[in-house]
Amino acid sequence: MSVKKDSKLKKVCFHLFLIISVIIALYPALRVFGTSLRPDNALHSTSLAIIPKHATFAAYKELIFEKNFLIWLRNSFLVTLFTVIVGVSLAATAGYVFSRKKFPGRKAGLTFFLITQMFPSTMLLLPMYLLLAKFGLTEQQQLIPFLGLAKAHLGLIIMYSSTALPLCVWQMKGYYDTIPESLEEAALVDGLNQFQAFYKIILPLAKPALVITALFSFMTAWNEYMVARVVMTDNNLYTLPVGLTNLAGQFNTAWSQFAAASVMIMLPVMAIFLILSRYLVGGLTLGGVKG
Amino acid sequence: MNKENDESFKSGSLALKSFWRQYKFSYLMLLPAFIVVLFVVIYPFFYNFRLAFSNLNMYNMRQFIKSGKLTYIGLSNFSEIITQSSFWIILLRTIIWTVINVIAHLTFGIIYALILEHDLMFKPIYRTLLVIPWAIPQYIVVLIWKGMFNFRYGAVNLLLRRFGIPGVAWLSQAGTGFSAALIVNIWLGIPFMMMIALGGLQSIDPNFYEAAEIDGASNWQQIKHITLPLLKPVMAPAVILGVVWTFNNLRVIYLLTQNTLTNKIDILVTHVYRSAFEFYKYGYAAAFSVIIFIILFIWAITFIDYIGEN
Repeated sequence: MSVKKDSKLKKVCFHLFLIISVIIALYPALRVFGTSLRPDNALHSTSLAIIPKHATFAAYKELIFEKNFLIWLRNSFLVTLFTVIVGVSLAATAGYVFSRKKFPGRKAGLTFFLITQMFPSTMLLLPMYLLLAKFGLTEQQQLIPFLGLAKAHLGLIIMYSSTALPLCVWQMKGYYDTIPESLEEAALVDGLNQFQAFYKIILPLAKPALVITALFSFMTAWNEYMVARVVMTDNNLYTLPVGLTNLAGQFNTAWSQFAAASVMIMLPVMAIFLILSRYLVGGLTLGGVKG
Repeated sequence: MNKENDESFKSGSLALKSFWRQYKFSYLMLLPAFIVVLFVVIYPFFYNFRLAFSNLNMYNMRQFIKSGKLTYIGLSNFSEIITQSSFWIILLRTIIWTVINVIAHLTFGIIYALILEHDLMFKPIYRTLLVIPWAIPQYIVVLIWKGMFNFRYGAVNLLLRRFGIPGVAWLSQAGTGFSAALIVNIWLGIPFMMMIALGGLQSIDPNFYEAAEIDGASNWQQIKHITLPLLKPVMAPAVILGVVWTFNNLRVIYLLTQNTLTNKIDILVTHVYRSAFEFYKYGYAAAFSVIIFIILFIWAITFIDYIGEN
């Protein structure tokens, strides 16, 4: 389809439409950036301009040196890191057998993973919260003091890596489906066992899907707010989303600080997205469902 | 007779052995994922069922944590929910919310994907920038939009006033608040559908279009008779997930209405979340969650059947 030639007029219309869309897509992010640069006395401005008059980085300074921002950042980073590691390894192995092997329970398993997506988050959140409370995993006690990993963080990691899991499994399966089976057959003939064939031959080829799966788990953990809000009570244990919304919920909201924090949280995610965007089209194979 | 029995027993254990040998690899590979899902999804699922029949609330919570004792009250949580008139209003609102959102996501997602399939300058740049709404953490997006819907200083009203339209008090009435929530969520969900549709378009064999071209089919005819039907199997799983996610979308409405329109435009999940974690009606919330799950489950089964028949 892309080889077709369009008339000049049509092209101009497309560009116009796309440019307007891009502005709408970008404006909120730019707006936050603008707000973060505003001096305190200009918070209520009625200008639509992005960069305010007398722009200043004061909010960033305040945030980093006077608030708990760096501690929240570390907490979020730890929780996210472990979630990604657990999520990707589980999805890579489970997705592989769902794609390649015929075994009793295969179809039921796949359907089951899809059904778990239908559970309203409150349905798991409430029992999980009570369970975590019973096992003491909502406690603010430090688990690994050196890292600052608390018991409550462990609870979050367990919840995040499993809530993203069904989607990741489907996603990995969809991609494995596109890799020809003859590759493993050749590897088995060459004397590798099944696991080695998976690990040495197929896994490196599935890199784009692994990247997307990692991205999914990363987004789940980095952006999650509703669960963390319930589990975390101590300011020092907050992950970024909880810390940030508390900042915004205070009686006298420091909007420029809130905006500055948003920018610092957004930037890594956006950077990762931009870097990985070439993987997104090829690697997102949720639609590739073959039986 | 005896010998036969012996034989069948032998072949039985042999069958089991060969069964294990044949599938060992598959099951071992699945085991880690299964264990995690068992603890975090299946166990809480049944636990939730137990809670749904109990009267657990903030008064007997402490005791429950200590001793694990629950007082069961049968189906009264369920009957309480279904007999409330507010339940049916919220259900209707949730359905409207889901239908409008998913239709908008699909339509825009496919339109953008179709445009981006054309031979345009800066195509990769457009594609990358259009994904941005997906890349920004949702809770930040919602809080930003909340600021943009502010009556006096919000960007939305400032823009309207530029065009001579009087500003709207977005977040002070249920109707406008709901429209605001719809705008935010539609804006959020388009990139995902766009990426799925783009992936689907790439898998369509270009020969189809060439053949259609030779037969003299117009652009629109090609889209209608080739692109959309071939896109259908690719979009179906995305639609299922889209509906489920939108139906269960807690964040957008919860954060947008916090401190302003609190519980005026609740959908089912936000209502449950509030009942559980703001009013501490745990048993009631658990029963409500079960009802939501049943609704979604029935819908999904009918939809999958419908897709299968076509």
